[in-house]
Amino acid sequence: MSRLRGAFAELKAQGRAGLVTYITAGDPSPAISCDVLRAIAAAGADVLEVGVPFSDPIADGPVIQRATERALAAGGNLSVTLDMVASVRTEIRQPIVLFTYVNPVLQMGVDAFVARAAEAGVDGVLLLDLPIEESDDMCARLAARGIDQIFLISPTTTDARVRVAAGLARGFLYVISRLGVTGARAHVAGTAAPLVERIRAATSLPIAVGFGLSRPEHLTEVAGYADAAVVGSALVTVIGDAGVDAPAKAGEFVRWLRGQ
Amino acid sequence: MADVSVTAGPVFGRRDPDARGYFGAFGGRFIPETLVQPVEELTAAYFAARTDAGFLAELHQLLSRYVGRPTPLYEAQRATAGTPVRLFLKREDLAHTGAHKINNAMGQVLLAARMGKRRVVAETGAGQHGVATATACALMGIECVVYMGSEDVSRQALNVFRMRVLGATVISVDAGTRTLKDAINEAMRDWVTNVETTSYVLGSVLGPHPYPLMVREFQSVIGAEARAQILRDTGRLPDVAVACVGGGSNAMGLFDAFIDDPSVRLVGVEAGGRAIEPGEHAARFAGGREGVLHGTRTLVLQDVHGNIQSTHSVSAGLDYASVGPEHAWLHSKGRTEYAFADDTAALDAFQWLARTEGILPALESSHAIAWARQFAATTREPAVVLVNLSGRGDKDVEQVRRMLTEKEQTS
Repeated sequence: MSRLRGAFAELKAQGRAGLVTYITAGDPSPAISCDVLRAIAAAGADVLEVGVPFSDPIADGPVIQRATERALAAGGNLSVTLDMVASVRTEIRQPIVLFTYVNPVLQMGVDAFVARAAEAGVDGVLLLDLPIEESDDMCARLAARGIDQIFLISPTTTDARVRVAAGLARGFLYVISRLGVTGARAHVAGTAAPLVERIRAATSLPIAVGFGLSRPEHLTEVAGYADAAVVGSALVTVIGDAGVDAPAKAGEFVRWLRGQ
Repeated sequence: MADVSVTAGPVFGRRDPDARGYFGAFGGRFIPETLVQPVEELTAAYFAARTDAGFLAELHQLLSRYVGRPTPLYEAQRATAGTPVRLFLKREDLAHTGAHKINNAMGQVLLAARMGKRRVVAETGAGQHGVATATACALMGIECVVYMGSEDVSRQALNVFRMRVLGATVISVDAGTRTLKDAINEAMRDWVTNVETTSYVLGSVLGPHPYPLMVREFQSVIGAEARAQILRDTGRLPDVAVACVGGGSNAMGLFDAFIDDPSVRLVGVEAGGRAIEPGEHAARFAGGREGVLHGTRTLVLQDVHGNIQSTHSVSAGLDYASVGPEHAWLHSKGRTEYAFADDTAALDAFQWLARTEGILPALESSHAIAWARQFAATTREPAVVLVNLSGRGDKDVEQVRRMLTEKEQTS
């Protein structure tokens, strides 16, 4: 069983919704960023998303844009991100999902990327700007090495596309709770629950809800209808403010999110 | 001003990409999930509009009565005196708002109105597309928000003011390289957030399908007119058709009419900037590799990790790291060729055309003029050269004045 399937099966057995955390790899430096991953894992996050820094993150709001700039300035890139995953892999039991724009992958070469991701112990790959229609080949190559391609579903995704995504996806589906870019918001979008319901009609895959979640009460709310909640920009803000203390502060934040 | 003897209009449906928006290996649609359905809707609306007699009649009406089409074809005889070259300038600088950008903005804003959108966003580099979009929006009563890199805001202050006078909101983008690339990033972020009410009016043959097709078709009026005009004036096709290439919309608009005429050389002129070294130019055919930027697979200036390189050009409109996918495809087939002119050559060409013909070309167009000037000075064979004078240089006068002053002080 893949680590992702295992993690969601375990959550189901425990009768609770999971916490998926996002950080930008290499922010504020690759070494500190590795410690952040260790700290978040120790604090009990269920799935770790690792964002590959890219110069033109069109789907990201200002918080992750700034994190990306810090990571790039510190020497971060796709290759370094894969090295980071490899270096923490044996210490972390949670699944690790790469979150990336497609161009860095194309420049590394899809074959080289898939091979290195598999060797590093990456469990899932989410390609933000590679829509379903362009994904057949990527999905097959990742699957051949036991890596799940994660697909995004948005409020604008039609039922027909949800079915196609559900047929292609493994691991879980990532539901974008609202229109727009990444970034913490005061409330969970009202569009999230009906969207999850719509997706449930098409698939039994686990569903994680993200975009805008930042507080424990958001997680409690999302736990009412989804299998997991994703927290990104709020955690990245903590990391950005903490500098060298990022691992400790990030761990603390994750425990707070989990109500501990 | 309009050249009433020519009645050619934009050409639709002649050379479509495949169903997924590919021109050979280039193009496609690389966009976040939220944009997929809206882009599908845009595609369907565009394909319906371009065969709809009502839409086409309205567009033709706007192009002739409002934009001032057809624009003249002018033979620059003084500029090429003593050379074997006959140089013809397609005077897009004489279109309303002073550049070819209006052809596309009219089409796309008309389409947005037809789709019931009440708000549009646009990016702009030199400001010409922003001005054109703001103009079309003022005409059609649609809210207009234009994103512009903060470096471009400062070097094109006049166009920023023009947009504001026209009722548009101009948002200065202070991220990344602070130029066109970052303006597109921010416009796409706005679009993904407000997609239910908002259309994205993209200014060049870039972005996800259907934009490269749609923008080329709205601009194809340039080539259609120029072809008829040069046949009328010379009784033959040109030997060379030349245009500057940023994203490449004025070039695609010109080339479109001559693609099936193998005797016509099609030359795109990129920005050579200060030097062909990373960060110093915007010559994608000289330094780019295949990649994906802003929704399309094409040639991109990037580092080994796939991060987009910064670019430099004296002209904001050519200062961009990737090029329209159809250009990449035509180049791969050997149908088009690409050269570059550096900052100095463009600046010299600007002055040359001003003094010999009394025409101030935009700094973007000055790159194409520079190529034609060099060609005329070196060729020994008689040749008819057609240059798309894509915009007027009034917007650049202040910048040129600064550069010439600096040059005097350092020499």
